[in-house]
Amino acid sequence: MQQLLWLIPLFPVAGFVVLTLIGRRSPIGLIATIGTGTVGLSAVVALVTGFTFAGMPAGAGQAMTDSLGSWVSVPGLSSMFTLRLDPLSDLMVLVITVVAFFIHLYSTAYIRGHGDYHRYFSYLNLFVGSMLILVLADNFLLLFIGWEGVGLCSYLLIGFWYEDSANGRAAIKAFLVTRIADVAMLIGLFLILVTFGTLDIQTVMAKASTTFKVGAPVIAAIAVLLLIGAIGKSAQIPFQIWLPDAMAGPTPVSALIHAATMVTAGVYLIARTHVLYVLAPGVQMAVAIIGLATLLLGGLSALVQHDIKRILAYSTVSQIGYMFLGLGVGAWSASMFHFLTHAFFKALLFLAAGVLIHSLNNEQDIFRMGGMRKAEPAIFWVFLIGAAALTGIPLVTSGFYSKEAILQAAWDFPHVGHLLWIGAAIGVFLTGYYIFRGFFHVFLGEQHTQVSHKPSRIFYPSLFFLAIGAVLIGFLKTPEDLGNISVVSNFLNPVLPPESTVQPAIGTEVVLQTIASLLALAGVGVAYLVYKRSLKTATAARAAVATHGADYELTGIQNFLFHGLGFDWIATNLFVRPFWWFAGVLKRDWVGGIYDAVGWLSVKFNRLLSLTQSGLIRWYLFGIGVGVLAMLGLVVLI
Amino acid sequence: MSVPPVYGIVLAAVLFVIGLAGVLIRRNLVFTVISVEIMLNAGGLAFITGGSRWAAADGQAMFLFILAVAATEAAIGLALILQLHRRQGTVDGDSARKMKG
Repeated sequence: MQQLLWLIPLFPVAGFVVLTLIGRRSPIGLIATIGTGTVGLSAVVALVTGFTFAGMPAGAGQAMTDSLGSWVSVPGLSSMFTLRLDPLSDLMVLVITVVAFFIHLYSTAYIRGHGDYHRYFSYLNLFVGSMLILVLADNFLLLFIGWEGVGLCSYLLIGFWYEDSANGRAAIKAFLVTRIADVAMLIGLFLILVTFGTLDIQTVMAKASTTFKVGAPVIAAIAVLLLIGAIGKSAQIPFQIWLPDAMAGPTPVSALIHAATMVTAGVYLIARTHVLYVLAPGVQMAVAIIGLATLLLGGLSALVQHDIKRILAYSTVSQIGYMFLGLGVGAWSASMFHFLTHAFFKALLFLAAGVLIHSLNNEQDIFRMGGMRKAEPAIFWVFLIGAAALTGIPLVTSGFYSKEAILQAAWDFPHVGHLLWIGAAIGVFLTGYYIFRGFFHVFLGEQHTQVSHKPSRIFYPSLFFLAIGAVLIGFLKTPEDLGNISVVSNFLNPVLPPESTVQPAIGTEVVLQTIASLLALAGVGVAYLVYKRSLKTATAARAAVATHGADYELTGIQNFLFHGLGFDWIATNLFVRPFWWFAGVLKRDWVGGIYDAVGWLSVKFNRLLSLTQSGLIRWYLFGIGVGVLAMLGLVVLI
Repeated sequence: MSVPPVYGIVLAAVLFVIGLAGVLIRRNLVFTVISVEIMLNAGGLAFITGGSRWAAADGQAMFLFILAVAATEAAIGLALILQLHRRQGTVDGDSARKMKG
């Protein structure tokens, strides 16, 4: 099966090349077939490889590598085109190919009539190819190629509807913010090369654990630099500002790139280099704190949004915060498990929201939707499943099990574990509140906007598949007191060390789970009560909003939350404005002024001299006479 | 009787200055040409005076050249004046200032 490994990224990249070459006039059916088919083929190869792989005898170093030849070979640096499939990358590859396939399928109907069909699918294929290279790369250089490739595709797809300049600005913002983080990551890679003499991931990890002690400063520096790269890509504090604006792209793009796959690349990077973080406990603690802060920030900002996609965007920020928290407390496989479930339920939520937006003539405001339960019953149910999984409704949803694993690991973390748990539990409450606030406004009550398009039937297979996944995948890993299934942990064991060895008393575990579950349900309950009250008190105001499209009245604190707790304001005033000012200063071009002055003087002097050319011969003669006199005078006097 | 050469030179200088002043001051081109003739003759007088002072024939030879130049100048000058008069309807030298910078 080793020979098939290189086919996985090859298909989407080939699809990108073909789609780019065949041009925009090709029939839509052909474009859709190539775009979806190549990803489908990748998914099939990935599944076949994955099952073969899972069937291989367990043991240390369980992995397959496939070297495609040498890339860079100079003294001091050699890098190969080597792909490596181990349980961690296998998990990523399976999620990427399968989810991407269903999102491609969904897009064939979604993008129809909404823009440049072949451009969309060629970008999307390039994205999938880059993402697969990123997770399959066996050295940091190849990983970086994939890393930048997905960033490029993210930029291209956020700005897909470039006719609106706001979309272009959102794309530039996403690109620049992640690029700043990438510079740090690149420096980290240089530091790795200098320290270890190689960029080969496995060699670096092996060398790091044998030659360095815990707390070695150079390892901490590398870990910090890679962490900055990771939080840029994964939209964690303080780089989270780009993700809500990235919702300017088409909804399937938000589902695939800005929820399911690309934004979790940072999580993957840290899990992949977890050896370094184990050697740098301080940095690992920072990962946990960033994760906790981000999950609370995302949850708080999502509370007051009224654009359904922005609610989901802040929710994504918040859920990736959970993954970072898990990484920070050493619950590597719990984080990857949350990545797995999140990919399904968040993609599901985005795709369901996409159907609503599509059928309501691009309406994204939850206050102008309403009553969609009757209009779109199928969407009601799949959205309910997604929202329940996101909230972590106990026992029946995947989100419950994955979030529970992270919460449990946070509790078990020494010293500050209980505090981390409390923060994360507050996050659970916020999650239940914000997503069901949106859910109630969208699906209950009266309908404020008429359905303009009947949803295409092509939407449903993707929604149903993801909905099934959002429920069933949770049972791949359950806590000790609830079945103690550990398929995911066992699968990832060869790569990622198991979670804390401390086994808490079953009693504590049950109590904690009960509290978290009750918080989630309380969030839903409060959302319902607030929704009911808002129906009574604000009907008139909402009617005005619905008809006039007036801005929403937000109180001070709501306004603060609405704008992402002021991080955008800080970024604008601390970096963007001074930069514009500086650009304005340079625009005046002081150095150029010197040359301008020379030109100006020449022109003035020319005017002066041309005055002497009066055209009067008598004047010329006078000049000659004076000149002769002067010369004669000189001769006589000297 | 012989006239001291310095008289001749002074007269030549006076004539030359009168001619030059005429050229610079007069706007009528006919008078300009006349003034130039005066200046040429002042130059001729200076040569004659010099030839007589050193008893050399060179001065008179140069005067013959100056006569030829003066005749040519008068012919060309009058032709130019006629052309100017035909084009501008005037013999004012200042009216021909198309080359003003």
